[in-house]
Amino acid sequence: MSTDHQNLDLKKLRNSILQWLKERLSDESYDKISTMSEALAGDAEDWEVYSSLSAVPRYTGKSPLELTDDELKEARNIRTGWDPSQWSVDQLARTLLLLSIAERDKDEFFDKLEKLFISSDMGEAEALYQSLPVLPYPDELKDRAAEGIRSNITSVFTAVAQRNPYPADFLDEDAWNQVVLKSLFVQTPLYLIVGIDRRANDKLADILVEYAHERWSAGREVSPELWRPVGPFIDEANLEEIEKVLNHEDTLHRQAAILALSASESKAASNLIKKYQDVLHNVHKQEINWHRIGEQYDAAR
Amino acid sequence: MMFIDPHIHMISRTTDDYKAMYEAGVVAVIEPAFWLGQPRTNPGSMLDYFSMIVGWERFRASQFGIQHYCTIGLNSKEANNEKLAEETMELLPRYASKEGVVAIGEIGYDDMTDLEDRYFRKQVELAKKMDMLVLIHTPHRNKKQGTLKSMDVCEEHGLDPSKVIIDHNNEETIKDVLERGYWTAFTIYPGTKMGNERMVEIVKEYGTERIFIDSAADWGHSDPLGVPKTAKLMLQRGISEDDVKKVCYQNALDAYSQSGQMNENDWLNRSKIDQRKTFSGNTVLRGGYKPYIEDEDDAKNDIIIE
Repeated sequence: MSTDHQNLDLKKLRNSILQWLKERLSDESYDKISTMSEALAGDAEDWEVYSSLSAVPRYTGKSPLELTDDELKEARNIRTGWDPSQWSVDQLARTLLLLSIAERDKDEFFDKLEKLFISSDMGEAEALYQSLPVLPYPDELKDRAAEGIRSNITSVFTAVAQRNPYPADFLDEDAWNQVVLKSLFVQTPLYLIVGIDRRANDKLADILVEYAHERWSAGREVSPELWRPVGPFIDEANLEEIEKVLNHEDTLHRQAAILALSASESKAASNLIKKYQDVLHNVHKQEINWHRIGEQYDAAR
Repeated sequence: MMFIDPHIHMISRTTDDYKAMYEAGVVAVIEPAFWLGQPRTNPGSMLDYFSMIVGWERFRASQFGIQHYCTIGLNSKEANNEKLAEETMELLPRYASKEGVVAIGEIGYDDMTDLEDRYFRKQVELAKKMDMLVLIHTPHRNKKQGTLKSMDVCEEHGLDPSKVIIDHNNEETIKDVLERGYWTAFTIYPGTKMGNERMVEIVKEYGTERIFIDSAADWGHSDPLGVPKTAKLMLQRGISEDDVKKVCYQNALDAYSQSGQMNENDWLNRSKIDQRKTFSGNTVLRGGYKPYIEDEDDAKNDIIIE
C-alpha cells in the first residue's frame, strides 16, 4: 500500500538508533548493547539471541527515550509516519537487536522473529510490535500484526494500534477494521491510530453504527470518536443515528456529530448541519478537531 | 501490613482471588513453573505455559494491584517423560533471562527416579551457568530423604546455599535445611503440607532467620490467603510484629531480590491502579465493565451487574 517503506534505508536507520542510544546510555551499557547487536548480526547461537533480547532492560534501564524534536524529525524522514516519541530506551535497544538479526538471511530472521514473538513477555511483546514499521519485509508481517491486534493485554494491543504506521500502511481492510473496532471495545482512543481518516471505509462505517446501536440498547455510553470514521459515509441511511448524537446532553458528543457530518458529501448531511448552526458555530469558534475530541474524551473518561 | 506470597500458582485462581489477596495486603506473588494437574504431552504446551506466566498472568495480576514474578523450570513429575524433558530443557534459556523471572524452579524430586535426578542436575547446572537462584520443590513422599538428597546435589554442583530456596519444609526437615544455610520455606496448605497452627510453633521454636511462608495455592483445595491468615494467627498467638514481617514478607524479599529481578520499589512506587487509563479493556474487563479506580471506588450494591 505505502511505497514509502520500500525505500527504508536500514543502514541509516541502524546508525540513527545507535546514535540516539549512545547519547542516552553510559559508555558501558552502550558497549554492551552494541556488542550484542554485532553478535546477533553475526553467528550468535539461538539461546544467546533470545537471552540477549530478554536481558536488554538490565543494561539500558527503562527510562523514557524522550527524543528531541530534531531526532523525531529524523525518525519521520527515515520512515514516514514513524513515531517513537513515547518509546523507552529498552524498546529502542530491542528494535536495534531485531534489525541486527534481520541482517542474517531472510529465513533465519523470520524463524527467530516468530520464536521471539511467541515466547515474549509483556515488555518484549510491546517492543516487538512497536518495531513492525521499521522491520524489513513488511508485506510478510501482516499476520503477525493482526495477531497483535488480538492480544488481550492492552499495552500489547496499543503497541500495534497506536502511534504505529504499520496497520494503516499494510493491513487489509478486514484486519484494519478490527483495529478500529477493538480500540472502541477496549476503550482506547482512536485519535492515536495513524491513518484513521485515510483508511475510513463504508464497511467499517456500517460496523461502527451497528456497534453504537448495541451500546445504546445496553444503556452504555458510545465514544464520540466512533463517529469519526463514520463521517464520510453519512447519508440518509444513518442520518437518524447522527441526529441522536447531535442532541446528546454532552457538548463533546454534539461537536463530534458536527465534525462527522462535515466530512460527508451527502446532501442529507449538509441539510442536517443547517439545523444545528449553533453547534457548528461553536465548533468553529473553539477550533474543535478530532484530535481534541479524542484527547478530551480520554482525559474525562 | 504488606505480604508477599512467594509460591502460588495463580493461573489456577480466579480474579476474585486476586481481589481478595489485594484487600488482605498481598503486594507481590511468585508463580513457580510447575505441572498442571494433568501431564503435558508435548513441549508446545510447556512453551505456551511459560509464555503465559511471563505474559498474560502478569498482566492479570497487575490489574489488581499485585506484582507478579515467576520461576522457570521443568518440574520433577514431568522430568519422567524423557522426550518432553529433553525438549523443555531447550526452551528454558529462552525464558530464564526475562524480566521478573527470579529463579530456576521449582525443580527437585517427586518419585526420585533416575530421570528426575538427571534433569534436576541439568537444571542446577543451567542455574549456575546463568547465575540464577534455584527454587527446590521437596517431595510429598520420602520427604526427608528427598530434601537431604536435593541439598547434596546442589552442593555437589557448587551452588551457594544462600542462593537456593528449599520449599515445602516440615518439622522433620527444618533443622538440616537451616543448619546447611539454605532459605527455608514452608507451605501453608491444608491436609498435605503445613497447617498454620504448626507454623506458629515452628517460628516460636526456631525463630525467623531465613524462614518464610507461602501458600502454594493451586488447582487443589488450597488457600490463596494462606500468608495473610497465618500472619494474623501469629500475631494473635504472641509473635511480634517484626517477626511476622520477616516470615511473611521480608525474608522472601531478601531471598528473591538477589536475582535483581524483584525490587520493593516495584510495588512501593507503582502507579495507582486505574484500569481506565493504564490497562482499560481486556478479558478481565470485558468491554463496558465499569473500571475500578483505587481510592475512588464506591461501596457497591452487590447484586447489580452492569
